[in-house]
Amino acid sequence: MQLIREVKFLIGKELLLEWRSKYALNGVVLYVVSTVFVCFLSFVSLKGVTWNALFWIIMLFASINTVSKSFLQESKGRQLYIYTIASPTALIISKTIYNVFLMLLVTIIALAFYTLVFDYVPQDMGLYIVATILGSLSFSTIFTMISAIASKAGNGGMLMAILSFPVIIPVITMLIKLSKNAVDGLDRSVSLDEIAILLIINVLVIASSLLLFPYLWRD
Amino acid sequence: MAINLTYMYKSWWKILGAVLVVYATVFGFLSKVPALPILHQSIRNLYFHVPMWFSMIVLFTISVWHSIKYLSSNKQENDMKAVQSVNAGVIFGLLGIVTGAIWARFTWSQFWSFDVKQNFAAIAMLLYFAYLVLRNAIDEEQKRAKISAIYNIFAFPMMVVLLFVLPRLSDSLHPGNGGNPGFNAYDLDKHMRMVFYPACLGWILIGYWIYTLLFRVSALEKKNLL
Repeated sequence: MQLIREVKFLIGKELLLEWRSKYALNGVVLYVVSTVFVCFLSFVSLKGVTWNALFWIIMLFASINTVSKSFLQESKGRQLYIYTIASPTALIISKTIYNVFLMLLVTIIALAFYTLVFDYVPQDMGLYIVATILGSLSFSTIFTMISAIASKAGNGGMLMAILSFPVIIPVITMLIKLSKNAVDGLDRSVSLDEIAILLIINVLVIASSLLLFPYLWRD
Repeated sequence: MAINLTYMYKSWWKILGAVLVVYATVFGFLSKVPALPILHQSIRNLYFHVPMWFSMIVLFTISVWHSIKYLSSNKQENDMKAVQSVNAGVIFGLLGIVTGAIWARFTWSQFWSFDVKQNFAAIAMLLYFAYLVLRNAIDEEQKRAKISAIYNIFAFPMMVVLLFVLPRLSDSLHPGNGGNPGFNAYDLDKHMRMVFYPACLGWILIGYWIYTLLFRVSALEKKNLL
């Protein structure tokens, strides 16, 4: 129906724009690669807890960079045009899904490069991949909403960092615990609590984004 | 601005709050407390530390309620109530952290022992500081009210998760979290209950009073500016 068509159209538009310029993807991949390389030069060899913590620091900043671009770089004129043709719900759903795609891609590239450079593979790789997927999902949903709020406020980048930091802390805590379980090779049933909480936080964030974005959009 | 505020001008609940707090403070120090290991007399801090947090929760709930009402009604009054209750709630939250730190100094030997609940409480405070920063960043009144209302509604469940859900999952020194026995460990016998419940009610009333005063002052300032 109408909503799904609008969402598909908007996602297609974002992907097309991205494919033409590859600005966001290339920027973030370059960021991740250079960060990993700098870390490699300083640490040379990393294992276990340090490896895990560093990975999440890199992912956190990469995701802030990726997702903040989605709202902050849109010009006023284009936003007005989209306002006239699509419903706000469709817009937020499409932006979230697009950011999830982008984040998943960046995460996979980052993880591959990271394991390659440091030559270390966590003991339970399957669970680790699940953790990174959940992480990229959580980051993109939360940061999409926060960047929507920050873009309306005008001051952009710095405000985005201030607003997002407290909100992302519980997510990061759960993710680090979950991924540490994977690194240590613990039995998977031990981590079910963390996975459940992450899924619940994601559902909460998506629900509140869907409810609140239409109010934000009416400008 | 036609506001129906008759309840704010009534005195009975303010006097009740004041009496309860004075009673709780005086009897908090005078009444008998169960002798528990590690805690000893510092258990009396319960009468101060916990009511601070309860007042903060009540004030933040009022705030999010008014934020929701603002989004549906667009009345300036709701926005003012939302921000003033956050102001009052932040004060109580900070007091809660300070009383907790003092308590920690005597029971856990450090003001800040990086206990999980302490950390998450500090981050919950950061959430609401970010709300105040957000408000400062926007100049236009209507826009500021709308965007901060949205952030408030977004941040409130996150705060609830931070303060109540997460500490239960991890190891913590706090009673009631991480495998430590909860309130029952205090053997909240009838002596403590007789001071504790009035203390909670009294501090909540005082917190609400502070919020109404802040709101009335800001409403007057706004009227004088017009």
